[in-house]
Amino acid sequence: MTTRLLITTVGSRLIEHADELTRLDQAIGDGDHGVNMRRGFEAVLADLDAIAAKPLNEALKQVGMTLVMKVGGASGPLYGTLFSEIGKALGDEVTPATVAAAVDAAIQKVKARGKSDIGQKTMLDVLVPVQAAIAAGNLGAIRTAAADAAAATVPMKAIRGRASFLGDRSIGHMDPGARSSQLIVESVLDVVEGRA
Amino acid sequence: MSGNVGIVIVSHSPLVAEGAADMVRQMVGDEVPLAWCGGNPEGGLGTSVQSIMDAIDRVWSEKGVAILVDLGGAETNSEMAIEMLPDDRQGRVVVCNAPIVEGAVMAATEASGGASLDQVRRTAEELSPQ
Repeated sequence: MTTRLLITTVGSRLIEHADELTRLDQAIGDGDHGVNMRRGFEAVLADLDAIAAKPLNEALKQVGMTLVMKVGGASGPLYGTLFSEIGKALGDEVTPATVAAAVDAAIQKVKARGKSDIGQKTMLDVLVPVQAAIAAGNLGAIRTAAADAAAATVPMKAIRGRASFLGDRSIGHMDPGARSSQLIVESVLDVVEGRA
Repeated sequence: MSGNVGIVIVSHSPLVAEGAADMVRQMVGDEVPLAWCGGNPEGGLGTSVQSIMDAIDRVWSEKGVAILVDLGGAETNSEMAIEMLPDDRQGRVVVCNAPIVEGAVMAATEASGGASLDQVRRTAEELSPQ
């Protein structure tokens, strides 16, 4: 698995799905999630040569910093924190165990950044069960766990972010951040499984 | 002027941020270092961590800087900008939980009298439901 392939696959997957993310966000947010993620990952891909030349952990930190500086919405600091903190917590050794620990550390930082927790209709509702599947060593279950978790945000009521202004009206829509997290997880799995 | 707490106004819209800053200038005067920023890095609606850091820099005061924000992403990006400041400045910048226009005017009024950062923040936050 090369760092270049990983970043290209994740970035292009989010860019391809930008319109879908925007539609989800128009339903319950401010309608900029797809546009913001596309802007952020276009900036990442524009800097691909420099990023891919780094070791994986350093590359992830660079991806995170680019998202923070380029996105322009709340998803910038949130996804920026996720990628940066995984990079900071990940050493030179990349195994399911080290990845599980790094993702767990990053999830704690995302919780703090967003003042949020699971069950509040956010990206955390996908990241937390995915981390649990990685930690359990059940790699074959990750894809389904991510899809089920994203679908499970549909009946949730938003507590955080712009969607929380809608109260009960946020019920019945998938959370755009949960969907973008699912897309990231799926694209990473595609690379790991040699399907990208 | 550098003796007073600085005020930064961060909105998704540059027009809102500039308008709020105009009101502060007219109602409070020039005794308070004041900067505003708004818009994402492409110029659309949103906020930019770099622009927020630059605005903090423009109004930097040894007494600190109070930031007023409009909606979610402006707050998250402002908190991110604070964390990216040099260590010796991080503890002297706060995001006020207050309405952006009223909060900016109240914070600046308090700051213009030489109040501490904590007093400035508390005055702005009196506007929010407890």
